[in-house]
Amino acid sequence: MKISAIVTLKENVLDPQGKVVNQTLKNMGYSNITEVRQGKYFEIQLNENNKEKAKKIIDEICKKLLSNTIIEDYTINIKQ
Amino acid sequence: MKSSVIVFPGSNCDRDVAVALEKFKIKNEMVWHNEASLPKSDLVVLPGGFSYGDYLRAGAIAGKSRIINDVIKHAKNGGLVLGICNGFQILIETGLLPGILLRNKNLKFLSKNVFVKVINTNNKFCSNYKNKKVIELPIAHNEGNYFADYKTLKNLEDKDLVVFKYCDMDGNINDVSNPNGSLNNIAGILNPEKNILGMMPHPERLIDPILSGKDGSIMFQSLKK
Amino acid sequence: MKITQQIVNKHGLNSEEYNKIIKLIGKKPNLLELGIFSAMWNEHCSYKSSKKYLKTLPTKNKKVIQGPGENAGVIDIEDEDALVFKIESHNHPSFIEPYQGAATGVGGILRDVFTMGARPIATLNSIHFGDHKHYKTKNLLSGVVSGIGGYGNCIGIPTVGGEVKFNSVYNENILVNAMAVGLVKKNKIFYSKAKGSNKPVIYVGSKTGRDGIHGASMASAEFDKNTEEKKPTVQVGDPFTEKLLLEACLELMKDDSIISIQDMGAAGLTSSSIEMASKGNLGIEINLNKIPCREKKMTPYEMMLSESQERMLLILNSGKEDNAEKIFKKWGLDFSIIGKTTDKKDLVLKFNENEVANLPISALSTEAPIYDRKWKKALLPKKTSLPQNYKSFKIIDSLKKILMSPNNSEKSWVWEQYDQTVMGDTIQKSGGDSAVIRIHGSNKGVSLTIDSSSNYCESYPLTGGKQIVAEAWRNLISVGSNPIAITNCLNFGNPEKEKIMGQFVECIQGMKEACTYLDFPVVSGNVSFYNETNKKTISPTPTIGGVGLLKNLENMMTFGLKELGSSLFLIGKTSGHLYQSEFLREVVGTKDGPPPEVNLFNERNNGFMIRDLILKKLLNSVHDISSGGMLVALSEMCIRGKIGAKIKIPNKNISSYEYLFAEDQSRYLVEVSEKNKKEVVKILEKNSVYFEIVGKTQKDCLDLEKEFNIKVEELIEINSRWFKSYFNEN
Repeated sequence: MKISAIVTLKENVLDPQGKVVNQTLKNMGYSNITEVRQGKYFEIQLNENNKEKAKKIIDEICKKLLSNTIIEDYTINIKQ
Repeated sequence: MKSSVIVFPGSNCDRDVAVALEKFKIKNEMVWHNEASLPKSDLVVLPGGFSYGDYLRAGAIAGKSRIINDVIKHAKNGGLVLGICNGFQILIETGLLPGILLRNKNLKFLSKNVFVKVINTNNKFCSNYKNKKVIELPIAHNEGNYFADYKTLKNLEDKDLVVFKYCDMDGNINDVSNPNGSLNNIAGILNPEKNILGMMPHPERLIDPILSGKDGSIMFQSLKK
Repeated sequence: MKITQQIVNKHGLNSEEYNKIIKLIGKKPNLLELGIFSAMWNEHCSYKSSKKYLKTLPTKNKKVIQGPGENAGVIDIEDEDALVFKIESHNHPSFIEPYQGAATGVGGILRDVFTMGARPIATLNSIHFGDHKHYKTKNLLSGVVSGIGGYGNCIGIPTVGGEVKFNSVYNENILVNAMAVGLVKKNKIFYSKAKGSNKPVIYVGSKTGRDGIHGASMASAEFDKNTEEKKPTVQVGDPFTEKLLLEACLELMKDDSIISIQDMGAAGLTSSSIEMASKGNLGIEINLNKIPCREKKMTPYEMMLSESQERMLLILNSGKEDNAEKIFKKWGLDFSIIGKTTDKKDLVLKFNENEVANLPISALSTEAPIYDRKWKKALLPKKTSLPQNYKSFKIIDSLKKILMSPNNSEKSWVWEQYDQTVMGDTIQKSGGDSAVIRIHGSNKGVSLTIDSSSNYCESYPLTGGKQIVAEAWRNLISVGSNPIAITNCLNFGNPEKEKIMGQFVECIQGMKEACTYLDFPVVSGNVSFYNETNKKTISPTPTIGGVGLLKNLENMMTFGLKELGSSLFLIGKTSGHLYQSEFLREVVGTKDGPPPEVNLFNERNNGFMIRDLILKKLLNSVHDISSGGMLVALSEMCIRGKIGAKIKIPNKNISSYEYLFAEDQSRYLVEVSEKNKKEVVKILEKNSVYFEIVGKTQKDCLDLEKEFNIKVEELIEINSRWFKSYFNEN
């Protein structure tokens, strides 16, 4: 099974990278862009056919390794 | 000889390189990234540092700054351009030099003195290295792992555009002496016209025997000629 | 909203303190006012448990320009130059989020230094982790190291020294202490004291978000059902913005626009505005609608208590606002006139045209509680008889074991992640007895060291406190410099416990003795109490940052052996004190007994002797003898110089183990060329400095007569193995 996880900084945590990219895009003339947040994208292959079980495992690794839940949020997508 | 050092927000070796240029009697001017045009210069230096925090990709955002257009023009007209460390990354992001600098193979920032072999001394930057081809210079970077496709790499090697390769004390170029995983141990390259040099090691940091060496000064002496 | 007992407690204030607040301000505080009191009266800002004892430390000598009480200490380094430096802890945030915690620790201490008008020229750090086998240690170590590097490398200030230690007492409470050093012209030092009323108060730097509002924020979240997203957050560091802030501040400091300036560090806008007003004996009025906010609908409470990074508060001379704004805009930073100074001596906060807080400045600062906490004297551990079996360990095996232990291993795995050479003035990097930085454009330099010895302090705090000051002093002597002053970071457990408070009191007492005797005053520092989790407390860990001056860099000394056939002198007496030594801890496995005593007379005498011999150019290399004893010091000299040595133990009443591994204090190992030997002997004898000639340098091998013979190459390999294998790198 193929699963993706996206880890982003929480809404209220400063994202220095997103801030600089946003400012640069504005300088380049893209004036209608109001915010950019940068995150990390993971694609994970998993030997598991049960969707629920797979999701549980990915949820666990997101908590334990892929993100630091104090400053980051994550979303999981099952892609099959 | 007149030079301009471009200062981007987050440049941090701008002063160091200006000190080196002045030490070797090259008249230098600091140029703010937001200027529209360069003062009259023979040499433009893109210094090391973390322009724009190296956010997004090292050098990517500096590659979009206002002054860069004039730097490109200067380069296309045959003017000398030297990019050191972050400056090399910027030259790559602007397309003035080919390839890409990936994260170091061990995924860590690496700050130490390394040995470098001068492969090509037939250019304005390195002519004085004719008599000393294995030199010691500091590196300090997170993304210095040079990568290019086969064709680009072959072209660089065939046309003798690779200027510096990481080596050991005796000049052997091998995996053990490769600090960051660069293809073919590449530490610095030229454009085909040999007026643009991008390099990861910092010559400006070794210009005084008290700093454990002065192999960097040879480059500035070459430029002065 | 009603302030309940529960809310008061959640703000870390007890009922006695709460009643004192009511008495001082003549009313019940509202929530915002309570939050402000909680920030100002907590241990970190008020030093309420430590003040009584900190006052006893010497803070002055001929060279001190500014002692404790400012953003950082300042010393005179001759000509027109002054050096600004301070150390600070960022322990708890680094345990929660090692990368960001360590990074913002570095950022905070750098701001303390450039706030005073100084350009930072170096940082150092002391980091302590739990047992290397503890499951959290590996991630914490790699996170902290990359966080320190991430911030320092990006802003472009060399990280030139530090110590990395492991001990199970830090399993759940790591220590991250960062020190920054800056250079300023004596007549261009900026202070935080406000002067004159009706002057504009300016906010510059990053925007304010809901960062690090800690427990206080949790408390406030309970009052509002719609604040689920307002969970406490760790601050995220933005070294890029800090670099811009640094350049912008230094640019504005070129003229006389600034009256006073203060970094928004712990307790952010609250403590910075109150400290400035308090020092100037003035009031301050702030319109909170003018605060640049990163997030929507921020409340006054959040704005005042946010610990968002990379922000500064300035008071400008009237009429200088436009020019200042132009500079900060050029660097892409926020600039906002948020208020003015007043002569009413109150803190007045306005929001949406309403007055939301009004508090007397004195109640928040000078009237803050000071405690004389109960404390218990530590007993000097007895010199129990050493374990019978200690002589069954072979000397060579013991040496190898010490050299490959995590605490004594060579640490380039760590240091190579720090840019050590940016700014082009790093003369001696990490790994020497002290780092040495050239003063830009001159031929003089400053020596910098950072040291702690928690094992000694745990065993007997009084001696431990004395020893660590002496060790810092010794490290500065060893590179040929003149020690000037220190900054201290005092990491302890819960001061409400008598034993812990006792450790604090006695460590300070020891430090005071050494600082006074060695004319080595404390000019800045920080106290970190409550390093305790689940009732497990850390060992008392005072960390000392020492600073010295080298008038001429040509006299700088290093410890790598330089030539073959020179003599090795051991300066200072070896009595064979093995208790608390690395040998007993790492090899034999016992932690009993007292730490080695420090004789301050010998310390000073031996140290000045070494310095004079260096100035007379009679020594090739110098290394102080510390953790691991004489044999470890010698091995390090061999390793660094890639030269061997042949030594013999003088006929003494102590065992070889005691001679080689004892950690007796005030000792140095020095290398003397044949041509200088006679002269050195003459000078030492004339000055009654105790010494022994222990051997000679030679090619390739370290030999101890009749005991062992080991190749220097092997020593190098053994000493540099541990970190790489810990992280599975080759």
